[in-house]
Amino acid sequence: MKKDPRVVFGRCMMLGLAWTVLAFLVVPMAIVVPVSFTDQYFLSLPKEGLSLQHYAAFFEKDIWISATLDSLIVAIASTICALFLGTLCAIGCWRLASNRAEMVRTFMLTPIIVPTIVQALAMYRFWIDLGIMDTYFGLILAHTLIAVPYVVVTVSSSLANFDVRLEQASRNLGGSTSQTIRWVIVPSIMPGILSGALFAFTISFDEIVVALFITSRNVYTLPKRIWDGIQDHLDPTIASIATMLIAITLALLLTELWARQRQRAKRTARIDIGGE
Amino acid sequence: MHASLSRVYWLLIAPAVLLMLVFYIYPLVQVLWISVTDPVPGFGNYMELIDRPLIHRIWITTLRICVITTSITVIAGYAVAYAMAQVGERQRTWMMFCLLLTFWLSVLIRAFAWVMLLRTQGIVNTGLQEMGLIDEPLRLVRNEFGVIVGMVHFMLPLAVLPIYSNMTGIEARLVSAARGLGASPFEAFFNIYLPLSKPGIIAATILVFVFSLGFFITPALLGGGKVVMISEYIQVSFEETLRWGQATMLASTLLFSVLLSLALVARFVDLKKVFGAR
Repeated sequence: MKKDPRVVFGRCMMLGLAWTVLAFLVVPMAIVVPVSFTDQYFLSLPKEGLSLQHYAAFFEKDIWISATLDSLIVAIASTICALFLGTLCAIGCWRLASNRAEMVRTFMLTPIIVPTIVQALAMYRFWIDLGIMDTYFGLILAHTLIAVPYVVVTVSSSLANFDVRLEQASRNLGGSTSQTIRWVIVPSIMPGILSGALFAFTISFDEIVVALFITSRNVYTLPKRIWDGIQDHLDPTIASIATMLIAITLALLLTELWARQRQRAKRTARIDIGGE
Repeated sequence: MHASLSRVYWLLIAPAVLLMLVFYIYPLVQVLWISVTDPVPGFGNYMELIDRPLIHRIWITTLRICVITTSITVIAGYAVAYAMAQVGERQRTWMMFCLLLTFWLSVLIRAFAWVMLLRTQGIVNTGLQEMGLIDEPLRLVRNEFGVIVGMVHFMLPLAVLPIYSNMTGIEARLVSAARGLGASPFEAFFNIYLPLSKPGIIAATILVFVFSLGFFITPALLGGGKVVMISEYIQVSFEETLRWGQATMLASTLLFSVLLSLALVARFVDLKKVFGAR
């Protein structure tokens, strides 16, 4: 059958438009990479040759290294807390499977929809009353609250594919609740827990609005330094940080895709064997 | 289920819920409370929404930017989602990869990239000048143009994902049937495909609108103090003037606007699906 020229035209238009939009997404971030190797002292594309001076500035200056460490401490601690709380909550809701449990799960999503500035203002006020302003504990607590919903979502979606009978079997064989969770449920929902961990970590590592409100000098995270750097004089060091973050994001994304593919492969295998 | 067993499961839920109630919900309620009690009890703070022209202007700026951002994002996002639904597996993976890379990359870094490109001595302006296309640098940031570019860039992945996930459920043979019955490709698209993809469009529209309303980082960095949206004004009125009554009133109004938008959309689509799709 001869192809309708109108169909061919429409298809070309569609692909052209879609890739233009995607280029709009990716190209600005890609340009940061060559800029980070510039030999100039201000932000621009390399002129004479490539230079690592802005990477050196990052690794040599105390303010950048200590900010990175602060961010890592807060992100790792709040990821662990959010994973623990979120996973237990998701398991409880999933096993209860009642209307009330469903309401709890919806309730746990609140921090996703509340505008960041509103929660920052609210936390600022309450954190003063508690005396935990500008402390690691205060920021870790705040980031835990913001990250928990994402863990609940990813773990819940993993649990939706988990066979309830495995849990019952463990109980019938005499397993206690903690043993059942530790040895039966958690290993089976690992992909959900891992992508929850990725969400929690990136959210905390990237979080700026709450950090601007509830920390000042004592805790100074990387996003806060970047924020200052952009507003003051557009420090070229940020281009080198940006390039490193792009590399890390690529690595995390590939890990996440890999985990998802493995989960899918596992599910297909189970269907092949069990004929669900 | 056995009653004692069910109690055990409630115990698993309790820590997360209690933490959320004490450290998240209570502070939010406190904000609402302050907005009607500080400096004097009553709705005095809310009268400013009606009385003060400055606040009118900021709300109008916010709404205008949100509407423009949402329209551009949803149309561009629809184009990408539609292409993704039509192309082969390989090309789709690449498209998804571009979207997810943008989605996961730090929002600060993305705003930084745009400031770097668009500022007066930025890469776009110097490039255009070297090519001799312009004499004077164009004003591309510290105005609404820059803010909208940055916001569309942030929101696009959020728009594509729900539209695309809705499109995967559309029966492709319906379009073929329309074509077989004599419809032109354009008629088939506008009369069959577009109406079927409406739930995805509605979900994306509200999602983008809601996130735009309370957006802080990108407008603050790309607006450079010249374009002030409601979120930034809340920060300013809190940090510079320390007027808690006004700041909490604006925050409460913002929160209610978001909740209202979500209540509206809940009538059309399953919200949990929209948020779970991330």
